Amino acid sequence: MAKTLTQDFVKGLWDEVPPFRLVLGLCPVLAVTKAVENGIGMGVATTFVLVCSNVLVATLRKVIPSKVRIASYIVIIATFVTIAELLMQAYTYPLFKKLGIFIPLIVVNCVILGRAEAFASKNGIFRSLLDGLGMGIGFTLSLMALAAVRELLGAGTLTFWEKPIQIMGPSFQPFSFMVEAPGAFVVLGLMLCMMNLVGKK
Amino acid sequence: MGDLVVLAISSIFINNIVLAQYLGNCPFLGTSKKMETAIGMGMAVIFVMVLAGIITWITNTYFLQKLGLEYLRTVAFILVIASLVQFVEMFLKKIIPALYAGLGIFLPLITTNCAVMGVCLILVNEEYNFMQALVASFSYAVGFAVALILFAGVRERILIARVPRPLQDTSIALVTAGILSLTFFAFKGMV
Repeated sequence: MAKTLTQDFVKGLWDEVPPFRLVLGLCPVLAVTKAVENGIGMGVATTFVLVCSNVLVATLRKVIPSKVRIASYIVIIATFVTIAELLMQAYTYPLFKKLGIFIPLIVVNCVILGRAEAFASKNGIFRSLLDGLGMGIGFTLSLMALAAVRELLGAGTLTFWEKPIQIMGPSFQPFSFMVEAPGAFVVLGLMLCMMNLVGKK
Repeated sequence: MGDLVVLAISSIFINNIVLAQYLGNCPFLGTSKKMETAIGMGMAVIFVMVLAGIITWITNTYFLQKLGLEYLRTVAFILVIASLVQFVEMFLKKIIPALYAGLGIFLPLITTNCAVMGVCLILVNEEYNFMQALVASFSYAVGFAVALILFAGVRERILIARVPRPLQDTSIALVTAGILSLTFFAFKGMV
């Protein structure tokens, strides 16, 4: 029993880490990873929504009729996204401004609906909580890794919270292609390639 | 009138929804393996995005803003889009079966296409009036279709190319999308 619980948690960190293995929910991954800070903010917001919606879906899984389940899941997710949106607006306004329309767009992040449908609708509350937490942390870490590469090459800095830290020396010429749209696609493609190289299954 | 033309061109090319605004990437990668599916998805998105853009614009202007309920926007929009897609699906099945057979499987996918929701939010955030909203949602959708069809053309060629093993499938697709995005980048100076 304990083993399956750990598995529920750990699989989100490597085996099924959302943006790489499942190739779901790519839009926020590509869009917000210009700076590590944005990646962390987006990751935490998504984790919050993922955990809450997983728990609520698991709680209500016997009540929701299967014909209207997708619609019900969407309403549940949208409610938590609204809560996250209002909280961020109140407490972390600069970050809220930077992430812009990608916060409401957490609603249509396929990872969340995917977990609700594939996992939470069939499993107990505690297991769903662990699954959501694992997936969320995996998602956050991948966002951070992608953002770190892009920010380091594109601006020569790393921004963990509000203040950028200069990493590259003064003679470093920023590789501004990296922080623009094309860089996002290319870096993600190459990271996927490296994951395939390292963890062949 | 001139403004609308500029708006249309900039929404199709310069602010291309997939390649410059990073929206709708899942269907972009998912349905671009074959030219036929790419065209089907492109058409379905044009159809739904224009309808969704107009209806959410009306919802926002005449209901949410009038009643001071802007904080419910996310919930309201996703419900409008989901029910619209469902309705369009049923409508086409009954009235135009030929079109339904063509678009059929793509319609349910559109509910979770973040490009549709994203365009609805952009229209509201930019405070467009009705004509601008109509033109912008149509041109964003055309931009999506253009990018998807171009990308499908490139991917069909990749299929017969020899790609190193770790780079295969999604990985090479993403790098290709990056290069395509770079070409769209060149439109930046146009307007």
